[in-house]
Amino acid sequence: MATLLCVTLTAAYFLIDVRPRHSGGTWMGYSLGALGAALIVWLALLGVRKRAVTAGHYSLKAWVSAHVYLGLSLTVIATLHTGFQFGMNVHTLAYVLMMLVIVSGLFGVWAYASLPNLLSANRGETTRRQMLDALATLDGQLHEAAQPLDRDMAAIVRLSLEKTDIAGGYWQRVFGLYGGCANDRAIERLARARQGARGPEAETLAQIDALLRKKAEALAFARRQVRITALLEGWTFVHVPMTFALLAALTAHIVSVFFYW
Amino acid sequence: MSELFRIAIVGSGPSGLSAAAHAAARGISHVLLEKTDHLSDTIFRYQRGKHVMATPAQLVLRADCEFQAGKRETVLAQWNADAKAAGVNVRYNAEAKAISGAKGDFSVQLTSGEVVRAETIILAIGTQGNPNLMRCEGAELPHVQYSLDDPAAFVDEHIFVVGAGDAGIENALGLAADAAQGNTIYLLNRSADFSRPKEANVKNLFQARDNGRINVMTDTSPSKVEPGWITLETPQGSNRLRCDRIIARMGSAPPRKFVEAAGIAFTSESAEAFPRLSPTFEGATPGIYVIGALAGYPLIKHCMNQGYDVVEYISGATDLKPADEPILEAKLQGLPGRLSVSEWLEFLRSRVEILYGLSPLQMREFLLDSEVRAFRKGEVIFEKNATGSSLFGIAQGGVGVRIDPKDPSKMVPIGQGSIFGEVGLISGRRRGATIVATEDTVVVEIPRTAALKLMASVPEAREKVNRITTERQILQIFRAGLSPADLKEVIPAVEVMEVKPGKAIIKEGEAGDDIFIIRSGSMIVEKTVGGKEVFLSYVPAGSYVGEMAVIDGSLRTATVKATIRSTVLRLPGAPFRKLLDAKPELRARMLADMTSRRDINAFIETRKDEFGDVVDMYSSVAGFLVDQGIGDATDVLLIDETLCIGCDNCEKACADSHDGLSRLNREAGKTYAKLHVPTSCRHCENPYCMTDCPPNAIQRGPDGEVFISDACIGCGNCQRNCPYDVIRMDKVPPPKPKLWEWMLFGKGPGPGEPDKAWLKTQPKPAVEAPKVAIKCDMCTGRAGGPACVRACPTGAAIRVSPEEFLTVTLLERGSG
Ligand SMILES: Cc1cc2nc3c(=O)[nH]c(=O)nc-3n(C[C@H](O)[C@H](O)[C@H](O)COP(=O)(O)OP(=O)(O)OC[C@H]3O[C@@H](n4cnc5c(N)ncnc54)[C@H](O)[C@@H]3O)c2cc1C
Ligand code: HEM
Ligand code: HEM
Ligand code: SF4
Ligand code: SF4
Ligand code: SF4
Repeated sequence: MATLLCVTLTAAYFLIDVRPRHSGGTWMGYSLGALGAALIVWLALLGVRKRAVTAGHYSLKAWVSAHVYLGLSLTVIATLHTGFQFGMNVHTLAYVLMMLVIVSGLFGVWAYASLPNLLSANRGETTRRQMLDALATLDGQLHEAAQPLDRDMAAIVRLSLEKTDIAGGYWQRVFGLYGGCANDRAIERLARARQGARGPEAETLAQIDALLRKKAEALAFARRQVRITALLEGWTFVHVPMTFALLAALTAHIVSVFFYW
Repeated sequence: MSELFRIAIVGSGPSGLSAAAHAAARGISHVLLEKTDHLSDTIFRYQRGKHVMATPAQLVLRADCEFQAGKRETVLAQWNADAKAAGVNVRYNAEAKAISGAKGDFSVQLTSGEVVRAETIILAIGTQGNPNLMRCEGAELPHVQYSLDDPAAFVDEHIFVVGAGDAGIENALGLAADAAQGNTIYLLNRSADFSRPKEANVKNLFQARDNGRINVMTDTSPSKVEPGWITLETPQGSNRLRCDRIIARMGSAPPRKFVEAAGIAFTSESAEAFPRLSPTFEGATPGIYVIGALAGYPLIKHCMNQGYDVVEYISGATDLKPADEPILEAKLQGLPGRLSVSEWLEFLRSRVEILYGLSPLQMREFLLDSEVRAFRKGEVIFEKNATGSSLFGIAQGGVGVRIDPKDPSKMVPIGQGSIFGEVGLISGRRRGATIVATEDTVVVEIPRTAALKLMASVPEAREKVNRITTERQILQIFRAGLSPADLKEVIPAVEVMEVKPGKAIIKEGEAGDDIFIIRSGSMIVEKTVGGKEVFLSYVPAGSYVGEMAVIDGSLRTATVKATIRSTVLRLPGAPFRKLLDAKPELRARMLADMTSRRDINAFIETRKDEFGDVVDMYSSVAGFLVDQGIGDATDVLLIDETLCIGCDNCEKACADSHDGLSRLNREAGKTYAKLHVPTSCRHCENPYCMTDCPPNAIQRGPDGEVFISDACIGCGNCQRNCPYDVIRMDKVPPPKPKLWEWMLFGKGPGPGEPDKAWLKTQPKPAVEAPKVAIKCDMCTGRAGGPACVRACPTGAAIRVSPEEFLTVTLLERGSG
């Protein structure tokens, strides 16, 4: 349907000769513009639709599918509406914002198509809760294992227990920037501490070392999951705010157009 | 000689207590014998703070004790006060061991050796039974206990929990939960594995073991108990360990033996049977009365009313109208013929074949669950493909079964006294045909659970239903113009067989010409291709297999085995072949079925050479789904993990459309080949959850969905019975602000299940909401269907029935 719309409109654009020239100011420009604006508002309403449980027959899947195609058709509709006249003004600002939203939308489609596989492959049958529980269990075991240690040694374990950040900020999640991870530092410090230790203390430290390494694995696992999830939703941090900016710019555009009529 | 009481009441649960209170109020000499040192042990053992419900709401309470819905503690305190106020003569720690004597002078032996004498006896001992006791030397020592009321009560002890069932594991976990108590906990398992308890319990146990909280000892049993010590038999030999306390949780024995020994007969051998009683609750031995859960009335209100009634009967009342009279009156109002309740009961009992064996008391209870309906000539009673699992008995008139959807005049008659609707009863599936009243008709509609109860307690009823069902099922499956007369030779040869999961009824390559009809459960068909088992198809209840051999005398071409416990009808080939010869239409029909099955086989064979991997994949995915209980399911939620973006919109939509509580857990559950079976109700064909619901709150709805009604009392039986862990016990959260308020002003927790933090900020409601069982209801009544599926932005979530899904679509999925 979206394709049909584009083709018809493009054909109309070239077939109908409007004077003085194609632009948003002609009757055809108005129609295209109105159509475009209506579409944008409808597209933005997906945000509401997604969160409201309705009783109608349309599934969200159908909405999203229509959203993608009609969203793409906007490139044509809006471009035709402008009559290829761009400048440094609020009108073009709206246009640029729209294109940004669309491009980020395209990225989203790519993400939705390719990332779920990774997500599923990584987690297997483990749930988020279980990942956290596993970490909590390891922490519990570390805590108990550290009981016989003196203050300095215990501080190493405390470093891992208290300062380890599982997820962190957005960029940290996406790029896996956990360089200064407290658990890793604890492992390093423990390695140094173990050199001088012997007897029962050495045994305890070995046990703690094993636990810390297990924890490092569990952390890596959880962080991979967090990373993919972050990628999956990251593009909406462009898509959604830009949508709001677009709506604002569009309003300004329409108001100004009527004002200067 | 000890004092002779007028009435001795054994058991102080709601029924026994109410009987004692009424006896006290009427000044009748009585004694209430209670095994434990407190009243009403069953309720005493509910979990702390449990909300006790007073259902059914329309039933008036007639007792000398108060009872209102409320906290366990409030209810118990009320009863203690009532018992005292009424002057009940109660003897604690008085466990009845045996009853001898006859009406007028019974003797009740207590375990303490004492004897209590009474003219009449009321047995009100409930169904909890007695815990199995430890048998080793020293088992009678006081530090051996059989229940655990408060795990927090012990500190710095060495505690041994004996028995690795759910109860034992839960006790051990409870004791180990708080490390600060400093207890050392051992759990003894007689065998090597943990196959009986729930998966979740076993997992928690192992985790606690790995954390060093619980010492789990398998293949170990106690051999000697001494103060402060226990001796264990382990695979490595005997071992004597320090021990301050032993908690034995080794299951319990139902009280049936004790009851039978007192001369009370049960209705049948089956475990679900109840004692056979007169309308006044009197058993086979005159002078012994049975009331409460033991008599088959599992709700507290029923129990209490019976306590009152039975004392009235004993003191000579004859015209006492049972407390449920108004309910029955309301039920029977508006029916033709102005009959009184008892006339109606007799009318139905004497006219409907399967009710012949019922006592008036059973009739009364039966009618409480059932519905009497009148239909005019020509009215439709139910339509083909409608869902419903009730059984109908014809008390007056007659009905017709429409066998040809195109020609409504073609009908098979069913006459007065007989039953219909039995197929839905057995397999829980849709109605197979439309039923029309052929004259003015009165029927009694019996819900599935009531019908199953009836069959369990009245053997005659079970036999009749079975015979009629077999005949009808054969007629319905083969249709093709067969009439009951044609089946004369076949029916007596039919054998009803129970098949265990994984067991084959037909083996590839073997000779045999029996035909099998699947009555309940389901089967899969497999074939060995290139040395591997290849899944061919899924056969739901109500279909037949094995026809190829009968028709062309060939060897079996595939193996058919049960996915879950199933019931099949075996039709021997010889009489059936005769039938085929006599009925060419039947042969034609079966040939058609056979050809389509052959086509699938051939299709798989061709595919096999083209891309073996795909077929392998297809078989193993089918196998995985069957393992996940698809064989039980009528409708199951699946998630395609190649599409699922993990947005949890499905869960949010479910919560938002169901009182703010999600009925599915997306992440939990197993995954295979990117196909994920989340934790959500499968709407089983034979729902395990229904088996033991005191208020009968779990039902199958009009769309085939299994749902839990408002009658739920929160006992948690269903949660324990569901093998797929899909039921949760929770209370409904307070309403959230509107969606737009959240969007514009950030009010409330947003879409989905509200988090704990937000719940804490909400004011406490005046009446605490009770925890009840909740689970998926398949979104019945919502236009557009399941909210979870419709809310999925990528179409990853689907709800399907196994017949639809376990077909070539799966194969295409594999190759696509
Ligand atoms: C977890 C759970 C929750 C429930 N919630 C509800 C609810 O909310 N609302 C509701 O209506 N129903 C509920 N029920 C059902 C209800 O509790 C029982 O059906 C009811 O208690 C049965 O009463 P009763 O008097 O027949 O027997 P019981 O209450 O079982 O009482 C039997 C008594 O007899 C004593 N006894 C047993 N043997 C002997 C003997 N040989 N000698 C002397 N004494 C003996 C026992 O110690 C016990 O005190 C629930 C059941 C369970 C298990
Ligand atoms: C109700 C809807 C709309 C109306 C009434 C409208 C009206 C107009 C008018 C009258 C013009 C001509 C202005 C001129 O020639 O100076 C114009 C130009 C333009 N419009 Fe719209 N428009 C609408 C929607 C849109 C939308 C949805 C977009 C894209 C996001 C858009 C982008 C533009 C651009 C880029 C121009 C060219 C500006 C220029 O000439 O420099 N308009 N519009
Ligand atoms: C100007 C045009 C567009 C507007 C105003 C717009 C607006 C929106 C909004 C408001 C959302 C809701 C996001 C959320 O609540 O999380 C959304 C989601 C989305 N949009 Fe767009 N969009 C536009 C164009 C596009 C295009 C062209 C594509 C694809 C090529 C696209 C793909 C998507 C996808 C995949 C989603 C996610 C759906 C979901 O996860 O539920 N959008 N869009
Ligand atoms: S709750 Fe469990 S047992 Fe009951 S129908 Fe659903 S999946 Fe089956
Ligand atoms: S629905 Fe479940 S919890 Fe509720 S009363 Fe029935 S069995 Fe008990
Ligand atoms: S079908 Fe409805 S009730 Fe069941 S899980 Fe989906 S949304 Fe929840």
